[in-house]
Amino acid sequence: MTTASLRSISAAPGGFDPRRLRRDFPIFANNPDLVFLDSAASAQKPRSVIDGTAEYYRTDYANVHRGVYRLSARSTELYEEARDKVRRFLNAADRREIVFVRNTTEGINLVAQSWGPAFLREGDEVLISELEHHSNIVPWQLLRDRIGIRLVVAPMDVTGGLDLAAFEALLSARTRLVAMTHMANATGALVPVERVIKLAHRHGAKVLIDGSQAAPRLPVDMRALGCDFYVFTGHKVYGPTGIGVLYARFDVLSAMPPYQGGGEMILHVSFDKTEYQEPPHRFEAGTPHIAGAIGLGLALDFIEELGRDNILEHEEALTGYGVDRLSRIPGLRLLGAGQRRLGILSFDLEGIHPHDVSQVLDQQHVAVRAGHHCAQPLMERLGLSGTTRASLGVYNDEEDINRLVAAIESAREMFVR
Amino acid sequence: MMDLRELYQDIILDHGRHPRNFRAIENPTHVANGHNPLCGDRVTVYLTLDGNSITDVSFQGRGCAISTAAASLMTEVLKGKTVDDARSLFAQFHARVTGGESTDLPEPLADEMDRLEPLTGVKAFPARVKCATLSWHALEAALKGGDRVATVKTE
Repeated sequence: MTTASLRSISAAPGGFDPRRLRRDFPIFANNPDLVFLDSAASAQKPRSVIDGTAEYYRTDYANVHRGVYRLSARSTELYEEARDKVRRFLNAADRREIVFVRNTTEGINLVAQSWGPAFLREGDEVLISELEHHSNIVPWQLLRDRIGIRLVVAPMDVTGGLDLAAFEALLSARTRLVAMTHMANATGALVPVERVIKLAHRHGAKVLIDGSQAAPRLPVDMRALGCDFYVFTGHKVYGPTGIGVLYARFDVLSAMPPYQGGGEMILHVSFDKTEYQEPPHRFEAGTPHIAGAIGLGLALDFIEELGRDNILEHEEALTGYGVDRLSRIPGLRLLGAGQRRLGILSFDLEGIHPHDVSQVLDQQHVAVRAGHHCAQPLMERLGLSGTTRASLGVYNDEEDINRLVAAIESAREMFVR
Repeated sequence: MMDLRELYQDIILDHGRHPRNFRAIENPTHVANGHNPLCGDRVTVYLTLDGNSITDVSFQGRGCAISTAAASLMTEVLKGKTVDDARSLFAQFHARVTGGESTDLPEPLADEMDRLEPLTGVKAFPARVKCATLSWHALEAALKGGDRVATVKTE
């Protein structure tokens, strides 16, 4: 795949043609009728990731950081090269700030279980928001039950965005960590994390940002943001499952005790005492998901090749088109996403349950997610048991939105009389 | 792929839109909540028993067309039946929607079973079987638990 082939038709917003780009995703050739609108749950994989991962197993595979032999050295080199790609993707200052984990969930749990007990005391506060995915709620509840921290929740405003004033009012000297999503997975609301980070730091709190939905959609820059932790998962950035990234500022990471014990993370082990590796290896116990990391690197190559500003432009344009088309459907209510919505169209259809909507959509090969989107507190706040959620990727175009709208119309025909 | 109208037959759409016995019973002898954590659907089943006989049965809650219609049809077939009848119907219904072994029911119950037949379309849509059985699981919990509110979860 070359840049030229991706950009050869540049009339579309984003400078690439999604329909043409689809040829690089084998899933579409194997499911020709598929209208895939569930990338917020997991994105499809480009050929370069699928083939590149298989190629690694075929030609370069051996365990890493162990063998003296050439194959192991090559494998190590590829694994560490993937770490460099992640560093560049995040514009982190130092490659040692990049820890490979399984997914966003494990990244957050790592912080909660390693940094949490080492730096938090009973009565200290962790501040989250109403927009969070369960993975940025439950790890802090576990920590609360373990060491007696307080979990404080910043509300959203009436538009569905983070209530910044209320958030600011909740910050105090007791606030030790702000853990917040960059973009709400249930609604697509973009959170002004630059502001959140500045305010939190002013109060001396560390900041963790859940970048699961943002990383695939917009440029993220650690040195510009200045957050202490940033977490994202590989399978949502067109990479493999089972691999994710925890970024942590090096001084913060260096002060953290190990998360799991085992091989890879040690310098010297005796039965009396063990000396641990420096970061990031201190946090990567056991044989890592080497092929996953390499596949993630290839996925990031794919994203860089498309251009992250182009992807953002594409998602913004298509989101706008989707909002326009959907809001014309009678009885359809789009969930509010604050000042800025990106890539996610979550809606309630009057008189039709989300599962019935998605069943009808599936019949027309339109794949969407129905339910609470692992954000039950948010659903409760909205007075809904769930919604139907269509989410966008680089391979979607206006025709997909048109098919979605047609399928929704037929659901209305069936259920609303 | 199976025609969607096999799943959403007219009677299901009708009961989904206009559920029967959709109300609370003031002083039920038996009550239970059903909850499907996977989709967030909730149903509360209320019963009034006179001895072994179901004199009143109703439900409330929110759910998809399938689970609403299933609860509605359930209340219709259960009124006037005995607790044993209810259990036999559930066993039979469960077997029909999951494709399990079904046994012969005595004549009056067999007729009631026919009324539930439209729901067996879920067999071809495994993700929806729980929708059809949620209210029945709640019924079973109610019969076991009496007026102490039991909660049953299906997932």
